Amino acid sequence: MILAKTGNEALAYAMKQINPDVVAAYPITPSTEIVQIFAQYVSDGKVDSEFVAVESEHSAMSACIGSAASGCRTMTATASQGLALMHEMLFIAGGLRLPIVVPIASRSLSSPLNIHGDHSDSLASRDSGWMQFFCESVQEGYDTLIQCVKIAERASLPAICAVDGFILSHCMERIETFEDKSVREFLGPYKPNWNLLDYKKPILVGPATMQDYYFEFKRSQIEGMNNALPVIEEVQEEFKQKFGRGYGVIEEYRTDDAEAVVLLMGSACGTMREAVDAMRNQGKKVGMVKLRVFRPLPHKLLKETLAKFKTVAVMDRADAVNSYGGPLFTELTSVLYDAPQRPNVLSYVYGLGGKEFSLADAATVLEQAHAGKKEDLVTYVGVR
Amino acid sequence: MAKLKSWKELPCGAIIEDMKAVRENKTGAWRSVRPCWNKDKCIQCLNCWIFCPDAAVIVEDGKVTGINYDYCKGCGICANVCPTKVQAITMEEERK
Amino acid sequence: MTESCSMLGGQALEIRWHGRGGQGAKTAALLFGEAALDTGMFIQAFPEYGPERMGAPVAAFNRLSDKPIRSHAGVKNPRVVVVLDASLIEPAKVTEGLIEDGGILLVNSNLEPAELRKRLNLPTGIKLYVVDASKIAMETVGKNVPNTPMLGALVKVTGVLEFDQMMEAVKHKLGEKFRGGKEKFVEPNLVSVRRAYEEVRC
Repeated sequence: MILAKTGNEALAYAMKQINPDVVAAYPITPSTEIVQIFAQYVSDGKVDSEFVAVESEHSAMSACIGSAASGCRTMTATASQGLALMHEMLFIAGGLRLPIVVPIASRSLSSPLNIHGDHSDSLASRDSGWMQFFCESVQEGYDTLIQCVKIAERASLPAICAVDGFILSHCMERIETFEDKSVREFLGPYKPNWNLLDYKKPILVGPATMQDYYFEFKRSQIEGMNNALPVIEEVQEEFKQKFGRGYGVIEEYRTDDAEAVVLLMGSACGTMREAVDAMRNQGKKVGMVKLRVFRPLPHKLLKETLAKFKTVAVMDRADAVNSYGGPLFTELTSVLYDAPQRPNVLSYVYGLGGKEFSLADAATVLEQAHAGKKEDLVTYVGVR
Repeated sequence: MAKLKSWKELPCGAIIEDMKAVRENKTGAWRSVRPCWNKDKCIQCLNCWIFCPDAAVIVEDGKVTGINYDYCKGCGICANVCPTKVQAITMEEERK
Repeated sequence: MTESCSMLGGQALEIRWHGRGGQGAKTAALLFGEAALDTGMFIQAFPEYGPERMGAPVAAFNRLSDKPIRSHAGVKNPRVVVVLDASLIEPAKVTEGLIEDGGILLVNSNLEPAELRKRLNLPTGIKLYVVDASKIAMETVGKNVPNTPMLGALVKVTGVLEFDQMMEAVKHKLGEKFRGGKEKFVEPNLVSVRRAYEEVRC
């Protein structure tokens, strides 16, 4: 069915169709509507989910962990300070390999207080053992959230599905939705590896492991993340077979004979496509590479894809405040270090706190990438 | 001590499925005071069995029959919850 | 595409709405987007992202296109500007960025178009339309909610949607909004849309 939905509405609608066993949540701007609309589905009897209203995001994630450890398909939604407050529990969900799925409306972190879109929240959680997906449009947010449930359960890893706060969460777009039945068919029932409540098979969850086993368990968790990439590709393919829309871990746009490309994530990719088209019309060989999956980082694929260009401009919608560019830039330079041919890599930080990223801004980045150089190591786009 | 496992042999999610490992860890060695159970005074209220955090009170056919010193850490909760008028469990110095 | 979409001309039609917090600029933009969607168009509707305060100047936006819309940048040069409250004309700089060659300014005002044009010192390339949406709303709905009637006027001046299609969408949306004994508010709102469609002038 073709519907007009905002990002939040679309994510809540996908949650309705997923019909998770448990949702434990605490509202926060700009993801509030996801929880609000889902709570309405619960009270209208449109889902079978147990909705747990909790007193904080820390409690929300704690309740989700308990629920997922009991073998339930579990979701919540949050953003910004909410995700930050969950931080401690994110690592526990990751270590326990619980497939909790969380749509977030990405937002900046205080201070100063700001409610608008950037990737600071999820990127600050990058080491917590969660998969992270960044979506370009409302449609992609809807599709990705559905995929995330299947990927998370198959890979035994929790997943964040991020749409840019306000820019997508509050933007109404045309989306094509599926029947509830088809979504549930696609996902199938959740069969957990283990279940805390299974008294026929008693297990110990969350044991203390010291110097003897902690590192070994972490090593095994790392392997879980390594193995997630083929799982993601597999589920993307199954999704394409069933629903006809295909997504890649990365996507190349007009890169065939490109000399310079821009690498970025999220809603700005759409704006960048327009800028690429405009530059192509002027005969300049530029393209775009969209990174959709940030965790697990598809490092081999990124190396193979990007090493062939003369210049790669990396755009981060967050700054790691490390004096050396954003998280994606530092990771990409590591990825390319042992590439047979290393491209020029330029670093751009843009759109913090929802700062407008215009077509003109996109064109400027492309121009500089095409020229292959700029003065400063890191450029802060549009900063006065 | 059993050979430590490699990371490849560990279950997903740091759970412990094999309760043998738990059984092999004899926490009785941590004890400095030991509970002494007096069969004649015991009224079989099972308070000690309910409250023991280490499941170290042995119950057979619904009746307390003793303490499992392999696992009892000597915390004294059993003696504490034993009714004051009964005092079937007393804590004594662990013999060196 | 029907003939009514000729205004798109292969390019996205960008609209900016000005209102005061509480007047429903965002609701109107969402409603207009939904109505356009029903005709098979690709749409975007989004508010100006800011703290929502009753009475403060706010803006909302639409993009309509017969092709998928990819940009998520803000609307800088709208082809159409809709002003829900004439008192905003000066503080909100309603003509800023409005395309001078063929742009449309639609204002809720009780002034004569010629007088308003003079006061605004509008370039000749911008077409000005005026409708007294507040009066229409007072006479139909019974309170000053100019956003719904302005939809009727907007459909008339842009020609981008069929009137009946838009009415269907508005009816559907209002039906969702006015539930549980409030159904009686739907019809007066629909009357206000029709009246604004008929009474808008240039």
